[in-house]
Amino acid sequence: MPKHDVIIIGGGHNGLVCAAYLGRAGRKVLVLERRERVGGAAMTEEVFPGFRFSVFSYVVSLLRPEIIRDLELPRHGLHILPLESTLTPLENNDYLAQWNDHDQNRRELARHSLRDAEAYDEFGLMLHQMARAVKPLLAMAPPDPTSLSLGELFGMKRLAEHFQGLGAKRFNTLTKLLTMSSADFLDEWFETEALKATKSASGIIGTMLGPRSPGTAYVLLHHYMGELDGVFRAWGFAKGGNGAVSAAIAAAAQAAGTEIRCNATVESVLISHGQAKGVVLEGGEEIKAKTVVSGADPRRTFLQLVGEKHLPEAFVESIRRFRFRGASAKVNLALGELPDFTCLPADGINGRRALRGAISISPSVAYLERAYDEAKYGEVSRRPYMDIVIPSMLDPSMAPPGQHVMSIFVQYAPYHVNGGWTDERREALGNSVVETLAQYAPNLKSAILHRQVITPADIERIVGLAEGNIFQGELSLQQMFFLRPVPAWAKYRTPLAGLYQCGAGTHPGGGVMGASGRNAALQILGAA
Amino acid sequence: MLKTTPFHERTYALCVSHAWRRWAGYIVTSSYELSHEREYHAIRGSAALFDVSPLYKYRVRGKDAARLLDHVVTRSVQELKVGQVAYTPWCDAAGKVLDDGTVARLDETTFRMTAAEPNLRWLQDNAAGLDVAVEDVSESIAALSLQGPASRAILDGIELNYFRTIETRVAGIPVTISRTGYTGDLGYELWVSAKDALPLWDALMDAGTPHGIVPAGMLALDVARIEAGLMLIDVDYVPARKALIESQTSSPYELDLGWAVKLEKERFVGREALAAEAQRGPQWQFVGIEIDWSSLERLYAEAGLATRLPATAWRTSVPIYAGTEQAGYATSGGWSPLLKKYIALAHLRSSWTAPGTKLEIEITVEHRRKRAVAQVVKKPFFDPERKRA
Repeated sequence: MPKHDVIIIGGGHNGLVCAAYLGRAGRKVLVLERRERVGGAAMTEEVFPGFRFSVFSYVVSLLRPEIIRDLELPRHGLHILPLESTLTPLENNDYLAQWNDHDQNRRELARHSLRDAEAYDEFGLMLHQMARAVKPLLAMAPPDPTSLSLGELFGMKRLAEHFQGLGAKRFNTLTKLLTMSSADFLDEWFETEALKATKSASGIIGTMLGPRSPGTAYVLLHHYMGELDGVFRAWGFAKGGNGAVSAAIAAAAQAAGTEIRCNATVESVLISHGQAKGVVLEGGEEIKAKTVVSGADPRRTFLQLVGEKHLPEAFVESIRRFRFRGASAKVNLALGELPDFTCLPADGINGRRALRGAISISPSVAYLERAYDEAKYGEVSRRPYMDIVIPSMLDPSMAPPGQHVMSIFVQYAPYHVNGGWTDERREALGNSVVETLAQYAPNLKSAILHRQVITPADIERIVGLAEGNIFQGELSLQQMFFLRPVPAWAKYRTPLAGLYQCGAGTHPGGGVMGASGRNAALQILGAA
Repeated sequence: MLKTTPFHERTYALCVSHAWRRWAGYIVTSSYELSHEREYHAIRGSAALFDVSPLYKYRVRGKDAARLLDHVVTRSVQELKVGQVAYTPWCDAAGKVLDDGTVARLDETTFRMTAAEPNLRWLQDNAAGLDVAVEDVSESIAALSLQGPASRAILDGIELNYFRTIETRVAGIPVTISRTGYTGDLGYELWVSAKDALPLWDALMDAGTPHGIVPAGMLALDVARIEAGLMLIDVDYVPARKALIESQTSSPYELDLGWAVKLEKERFVGREALAAEAQRGPQWQFVGIEIDWSSLERLYAEAGLATRLPATAWRTSVPIYAGTEQAGYATSGGWSPLLKKYIALAHLRSSWTAPGTKLEIEITVEHRRKRAVAQVVKKPFFDPERKRA
């Protein structure tokens, strides 16, 4: 008799969520984590003495409220501090701010365009309705439209009814969202460049697509989903960094009886007669269990841990074609003082407030598209898009008193960079990020005490995400819903009996959402 | 940060209560004194001066100005004479109310429109192909509302008919005065260039002092507008642009504004839907409700208490029942100090709206939900002759 019912490969947040749900249902679960700590890309590390960073993923926006509720994450230490604004510094020393106060936001937008100030609320309402239309899909295992089985047909029928219930107007808008580029979609609403650019940025995050690439409008909606549950305040920065999210989920899993083993690298999945029987660790130790769940990305799971010879050819082909193409890098700075943006000095009330929110380097759609153009041909953007937060403004424990940590998400930094990633290229990336940012905040250079630059190649090497794609596979339309990761295998199952997937490479995808882990657990429990 | 109005220097000095609230991104006074009572009684007894600058104001000018407004609002604008003002709602294509306000014809080709919500984009989008310019003058024009029986005397016995407007001078300051207001009383609204705001305030306060003028805030206004049966956006109805679900929207017919819908007009936004609704009859109506005193007294007596009344007008949704069925809900209400009645404005399903219909309204007495007898009455609750005279 194996000691465990379920083995989960990888202690990333989805693996932990899956473990917690299975544990709460009475399963004996073992989580095996290759690194010395759990969390995967959702982790906090004291990179420089006294300075703690959410090294990779850096905000909480999409973590499913039902997971927070079911796993009682606040009781296990999760505290999400709200990010309340977005500042977009402009090249002409002006700025565009989006504030959380309705009146203040309207006035600020009206400064740029009276029409946009008025369109803003309607746009928000439209997105809200669209998010409501799509949200039910996130919590379900997507039905397979090609299957004729009763269950699948029933699922499709429910889906069809759901879409019919939207009414013509909303259905048309949804179709636009599914097919247009985010820039084109936003052009229908707004005229202020910086507003369009900053909004369209969420349509390209983590993806090798530009704001003018078709399909990006949907990704914009995908990221808006977190705001739908506004009452849950699931949008913000976790106190203690994103490692605190993983720690809370791990604590919930452990409270449910899950055993977590770190420094345990799975070398392969044990297979006999087309059935997963357990795993083999580096060093040869075999651990058996009736069910094996992989939280690793589809490429690693199938091509490395399982091996082609155990899988149907067509399936292997599809997995090979699953696109990763990491597009983003991360720069983490330890700062001796706050950056002072020329457009909105930090000694003013609004300037100080803006530093507690996100700062977006996205002055125009053309700026973003140009950054993409360079990446398209294998170069790092010389003037990249950046999404910046200063976690120590919200949680002072992240840095020594009076000093700060700054987290800079950088795009585009293509995994497939011409000539490959080298130390020189990494430093050059860090330099262009600092140079670009210093144009807006001249004191930045002298404020930097330490700098950590993480390329897509580093992400792959450290966390194991293929090609450094932060979503375990590009979040583009042809890789979503029943197509994620592979048509006909979108339900967390695999061609091998007893082997499941629970990573972001499955529906609904990445973004520290936890939905894949939860859905996989429910699927496993339903199958038993 | 929030804006202050062009009168802030004066209102700030007078606001001893420090009771401020927001209105369209501005801070305005809830009440100047510690209680709003005297301010209310000035509206009905002498004269009250309100700063209503946060209203959105648009200047619509050009050969096709009347055509544009006629197309947007439900009332007939083409028919407005120069110097005439019309109160009107306007709708989306589904015939659901977006906003309500006034349209004043300043000359043949110039109008001023007031609104509670921003409408520049809506006006511009509907102006495609028309020879008309829409200008947002919300910030450049300051506005005061002088309301109450003494208001005419304070304006030197001005001769101006109900819902008419003129350009004139007050103490040498160029102003536009309209015989309009939100109190259901004799009253005027004064529109002035923001740079002349403070001198105008001073002139009115000087002229008004012998007549008992009192600067008044939103709490007093709220009581008066309920007595006058005037609805308030975001409180008594959800503008269609903000509605999350269809059932939150209202048509003009459902808001008792059927009289302001001119279906004879060939084309205007929402006409088709409204024509269909006019034929069918609205499902809901917006009515006055009077809460029965002895019923209220009994509920409090059962709890061993003397009857309690709300100290200020309330703005919450309160269920109204017809037997076991919910007939609708009240959206604002309060004690009328003048009428000595507990009154409310309510949305009721059409079958319950005949005046005199006996219903029940939910009242919380000592933490317990009770029902008091209420009856449907005609609006406005208070309608003095001087309003139009």
